[in-house]
Amino acid sequence: MSVATHDDAHAHDHHDHGPAKGFMRWVTTTNHKDIGTLYLITGLIMFFVGGAMALVIRAELFEPGLQYVDPHFFNQMTTLHALIMVFGAVMPAFAGLANWMIPMMIGAPDMALPRMNNWSFWLLPFSFVMLASTLFMDGGAAAAGWTLYPPLVLQTGNALPFTVFTVHLLGMSSIMAAINIIVTVFNMRAPGMTMMKLPLFVWTWVITAFLLIAVMPVFAGAVTMLLTDKFFGTSFFNAAGGGDPVLYQHLFWFFGHPEVYILILPSFGIISSIIPTFSRKPLFGYASMVYATGFIGFLAFIVWAHHQYTVGMPIAGELYFTYATMLIAVPTGVKVFNWLATMWRGAMTFETPMLFAIAFVVLFTMGGFTGLMMSISPADLQYHDTYFIVAHFHYVLVPGAVFALYAATYYWLPKWTGHMYDERLGQLHFWLTTISVNICFFPQHFVGLAGMPRRIPDYAVQFAEFNAMSSVGAFVFGFSQLIFAYVIYKAIQGGEKATSEVWEGAEAHGLEWHLSSPPPYHSWTEAPPKEIISDLH
Amino acid sequence: MDNKELQKANARLVWRIVAIAVLMFGLGFAIAPYYDAVCSYFGISGRVNEASSEQTMQVDASREISVEFVSVVNGQMPLKFRAETSKLKVNPGQYYTVNYFAENTSDKKLVGRAVPSISPAWLSAFLKKAECFCFSEQEFEPHKERKMPVRFVIDPAVQADAKEMTLSYTFFDITEKSQTIKN
Repeated sequence: MSVATHDDAHAHDHHDHGPAKGFMRWVTTTNHKDIGTLYLITGLIMFFVGGAMALVIRAELFEPGLQYVDPHFFNQMTTLHALIMVFGAVMPAFAGLANWMIPMMIGAPDMALPRMNNWSFWLLPFSFVMLASTLFMDGGAAAAGWTLYPPLVLQTGNALPFTVFTVHLLGMSSIMAAINIIVTVFNMRAPGMTMMKLPLFVWTWVITAFLLIAVMPVFAGAVTMLLTDKFFGTSFFNAAGGGDPVLYQHLFWFFGHPEVYILILPSFGIISSIIPTFSRKPLFGYASMVYATGFIGFLAFIVWAHHQYTVGMPIAGELYFTYATMLIAVPTGVKVFNWLATMWRGAMTFETPMLFAIAFVVLFTMGGFTGLMMSISPADLQYHDTYFIVAHFHYVLVPGAVFALYAATYYWLPKWTGHMYDERLGQLHFWLTTISVNICFFPQHFVGLAGMPRRIPDYAVQFAEFNAMSSVGAFVFGFSQLIFAYVIYKAIQGGEKATSEVWEGAEAHGLEWHLSSPPPYHSWTEAPPKEIISDLH
Repeated sequence: MDNKELQKANARLVWRIVAIAVLMFGLGFAIAPYYDAVCSYFGISGRVNEASSEQTMQVDASREISVEFVSVVNGQMPLKFRAETSKLKVNPGQYYTVNYFAENTSDKKLVGRAVPSISPAWLSAFLKKAECFCFSEQEFEPHKERKMPVRFVIDPAVQADAKEMTLSYTFFDITEKSQTIKN
């Protein structure tokens, strides 16, 4: 397999002599590393934008009463914060990692569909500009939560069609990225790189890609129905015309539940790469990890209505969704125990990526446990739409997905830039982040159990102390991320040269560590030798 | 695999995946009628909207079921809507008529639609309506009150432990919608 595995015109343009110069390099690039970088930077920028919105929310909730923003704007903030963090920060960051790492990990020169790759990235900046512009429209941005439930969301002013089109564009972008990943992994693996040799990061992304392809179109369809209900007189969700708003909830959560696994499965892959490296042992139970991921992907499709217990459901439905949801704990437990067994009696060291990985295992498991609590339909009646659910999903998304992204960044940054990052600053970032994230989200369990509803700008005075704590944690967390941005900037600028292996013994854990740091512009122009692949574990 | 073959294989795979995505988009829309069918099969979510012809049933005078009548107006619709009685004890198999009244309190003509709901849901299959204002659009002249009868029977096949049920109607304002359709 040579450079010319992508289309011929492209190979003629670039050959092996590196990137074009200047701004147009980034606009016209079809290179997996360039596009990966663009995705990652977009993810980081949107992380700060969504984070700023979170700080507006936490500032308002610092004390009871209305201080800084009016309730309608507050609701716009909760909606946009969620949409931006999910679709703007976490998903593009994972797509960036996939672009950077998958060709390097499977021994391919580039992604299978480089031009579509360019398109799927460049849809993103435009859709986020459109989404942000809805804030300045008549009636403000959508203020119905990220779930966009009718009939509330149909009261949105001029912003509704723009919000819907944003979802369409983001959906197209994700589907194209998913297609690219599946085709790359299925068709571009180096000889000897069998499916059961793939690193878990690649496996988890393949399953994530299938989830994306199956559910993004359903979400696109559901928001299209919102659009026609509002402007073309259809009655999909309009009870007066014979429709039912609950139908939207089913459609949304048929997308929404797999979506939360789209946000977490790649994290599982990242953690499964990092823990073996820093434990200096092979990953425990590789095959069971692959099957567990597949099983989680399957379960994602059959548990959606556990988000709707309080809407009203026949008792048989409640029982089914309760049991099916509890079943998810089994493959997830397999993963957690495999990570623990990987660390067991390993020669462990605690560099920043490993610290984040260990914090991920502990804190994600806590988020998983509160999820298990909510899977029980009679108990969920108390938790539904309170701060308890807010605490739950932030525990799985922030110390879950976002910590995995930090870990991945520190782990592969020396490979990407060719320079070691500043370990001292990395550890400072880790401790500040881990302590503040718990100060921010842990008290929300208590106020939630005591009955504080979510998505409100004001609350009863008995919740004041815990909310103040939570806000302090949120601000410390938010500003600590500037350290992260600085560490990345510093490593790009220079620093101690990284070896190709970067981490002691990493060569045994993945093909990416056999390429120079930074790697050549086209990754594996010649397939890696079979002995290297057969020695991987 | 040489370059040409690889490109062909890639294209084949891409179209297969695109087919899945298109299929799932269609499925989202196909779910709407399927959802209706499931709801009416289980009698949930107000999907018991068809009239059943009046037929003689064996009246079970030994049992009484208490039926409550609820009237709700959705949103800001200017309608005074009530049932003539809030509760009725009925024998299964016997037909009853209960009148609902609605008065248009505005100066404009209103068009509304009433959506029924029966609770608990598993009893909804046993409540059969021979006549109901929920089967069609209702028009209200300004400041006029109208009487709207509901004629129903509870199927004697209803479970022995059924003691209470609630029949609720919610009126939705479809004045604007019905005008756009007529124009």
